Amino acid sequence: MTLRLLQRLAILVASLVVSSVIVFAFMAVLPGDPARVALGVNASDAAVAEMRSEFGLDRSPVAQYLSWVRGLVTLDPGSSYVSGTAIGPQLADRLQVTLWLVVTAMVVALVVAIPVGTVMAVRHRQVSGLALSAVSQLGVAIPAFLAGILLITVFAVKLGWLPANGWTPPADDPAMFLKQLVLPVASLGLVQAAVLTRYVRSAVLDVLREDYLRTARAKGLPPMRALVRHGLRNAAVPVVTVLGLQLATLLIGAVVVERVFVIPGLGSLLLDSVSQRDLIMVQDVVMILVMAVLVVNFVVDLLYVLIDPRLRVSAR
Amino acid sequence: MSAAPVTTPEDDASGKAGADVLVVKGLDVSVRHQKLVEDVTFTVRSGERVGLIGESGSGKSLTALALMGLLPEGLTATGSVQVDGVGHDLVGADERAMSRVRGRDIAMVFQEPMTALNPTMRVGDQVAEAMLIHRTRPSRRAARVAAVELLGQVGLPDPPGTARAYPHQLSGGQRQRVVLALALANDPALLVCDEPTTALDVTVQAFVLDLIVQGVLDRRAAMVFITHDLAVVATVCERVMVMYGGRIVEAGPVQEVFTRPRHRYTQGLLGASDLTVVDDRGRLATIPGSVPAAGHFPAGCVFRNRCQHATAACETRPSWTATGDDAGFACHHPAGLPDAAPRATPGGGRP
Repeated sequence: MTLRLLQRLAILVASLVVSSVIVFAFMAVLPGDPARVALGVNASDAAVAEMRSEFGLDRSPVAQYLSWVRGLVTLDPGSSYVSGTAIGPQLADRLQVTLWLVVTAMVVALVVAIPVGTVMAVRHRQVSGLALSAVSQLGVAIPAFLAGILLITVFAVKLGWLPANGWTPPADDPAMFLKQLVLPVASLGLVQAAVLTRYVRSAVLDVLREDYLRTARAKGLPPMRALVRHGLRNAAVPVVTVLGLQLATLLIGAVVVERVFVIPGLGSLLLDSVSQRDLIMVQDVVMILVMAVLVVNFVVDLLYVLIDPRLRVSAR
Repeated sequence: MSAAPVTTPEDDASGKAGADVLVVKGLDVSVRHQKLVEDVTFTVRSGERVGLIGESGSGKSLTALALMGLLPEGLTATGSVQVDGVGHDLVGADERAMSRVRGRDIAMVFQEPMTALNPTMRVGDQVAEAMLIHRTRPSRRAARVAAVELLGQVGLPDPPGTARAYPHQLSGGQRQRVVLALALANDPALLVCDEPTTALDVTVQAFVLDLIVQGVLDRRAAMVFITHDLAVVATVCERVMVMYGGRIVEAGPVQEVFTRPRHRYTQGLLGASDLTVVDDRGRLATIPGSVPAAGHFPAGCVFRNRCQHATAACETRPSWTATGDDAGFACHHPAGLPDAAPRATPGGGRP
């Protein structure tokens, strides 16, 4: 158990190092000098050189990489080339917003996908099961931004029930915060639910064929109770795997949905920084997204052990 | 071997080995319009141990699953299955009614111990659950205690420790003993065993068989024991039914059927099991041909395309010839005719 934990931890650290090198290298090979971009084409060479030395851009790539990593590890990533403001607080602010969005969307997706997927599996030969399958297929085909635009059209413009966009921190006005959260979370979460539903369905279908489910029924459990008590935990293993992988899709979806709903999250920050060629900011945001995906998959690896005792190496 | 060592008042009243625990009449199992099991009729009395033998594809397992009401999706059973203490017919009963019967009145031990237990639940909890479902123990704690006791009864070492183990920490033989413990947990009137030792190492087969017989004797339960292994039937059962092509082709006391088979299929099966008889090239005896796929058995006598004694008469279905209570055969050209005439039980109907 401890061995597995250490093993996974080593893999996590190694992946973080490799991905940081890749992110850094991509930014470094981009054409154009960040200092020149920041100061504009009319700036004098002397001013550009001064800025280069101020931000350490005249150092070797290795030195630049190391100071960047040091900044990330010490949670003090320095300040932006473009605006000159500190990056750390901005990232923290934006990350908080995106976390609200992504985590609630994931919860919504699970709350929808687990029961619906289970019913689809149990009724896979019946019309109701096939109808649910068709609906989920439709959900898979709709991208999150389109879902967002459709939801805005219906619930904000036509019916006027909910605000079309905006963001209020929960501490300022909880009611407004929730109202504004509904549509973006729905557009992210429902599309995600459609994808997850299909994985839940196939996992439950596999479990339904298992001998231990027949044993459970032979004991006297009615079919649905047998499935809930003995099947779902076993079906959870493949679903949790997909959950970890889907988080990447969800983050990408969040970038777009934040733009559609004018939400000041990491996604908006990323797109703004790209358009302003604020390379160090882009680099930091991308790295945070990469870290989020890697850390979640690390957690998923540990979850397996909780779900499936066969993966616990130690003897009883 | 007689049934229970002690006779109960009901036994005396009925004048037989015991009251009828299981009465199966005209049981068919079909998929769409194809019959996989046809017109299976038999009775099992309390304390009786009855074997059901035949090759793979003969319909033994389907018969067992039909008794439990656990046929795979798409298969339907018709006919009648009555179990002592259950007020309704098991065939066609709804899920809720069957859930109350399963695990309490009838329990089952399956063929594959490796996959029969939930891998994510401790085995003690799985055994205790059987009692909690039917509320045969007053509390979760009492059920746990009873589960540990049952694990001890089936010969598992360190019962409290085993109760805390997960299935993957046990061997195949140990897992099958856990399955047996949970099948016996509620003292069922009938235990159905579907090839319970086929997947086990030869070295533990005899041990598990002993435990099954002991468990059944202790509870004076009746047992239907399915196997393709004639030696196992001879050690475990008192009575045997031979199945082929979805039908019971011969039935009777084990001694009788195994020493003086009447149906040509039984005769072939016994010949194929005799390792002392070889032909001039040293090959063991076999039944020519192989079991046809489901639904491809010939009309009339299902065995006629593999039978050396088949004639035109076999194109019509042979009727059941009773040779005693629970004994008889369905064959136009039975073996051992000259010296072994049917025993003197005229008019003895099918069991």
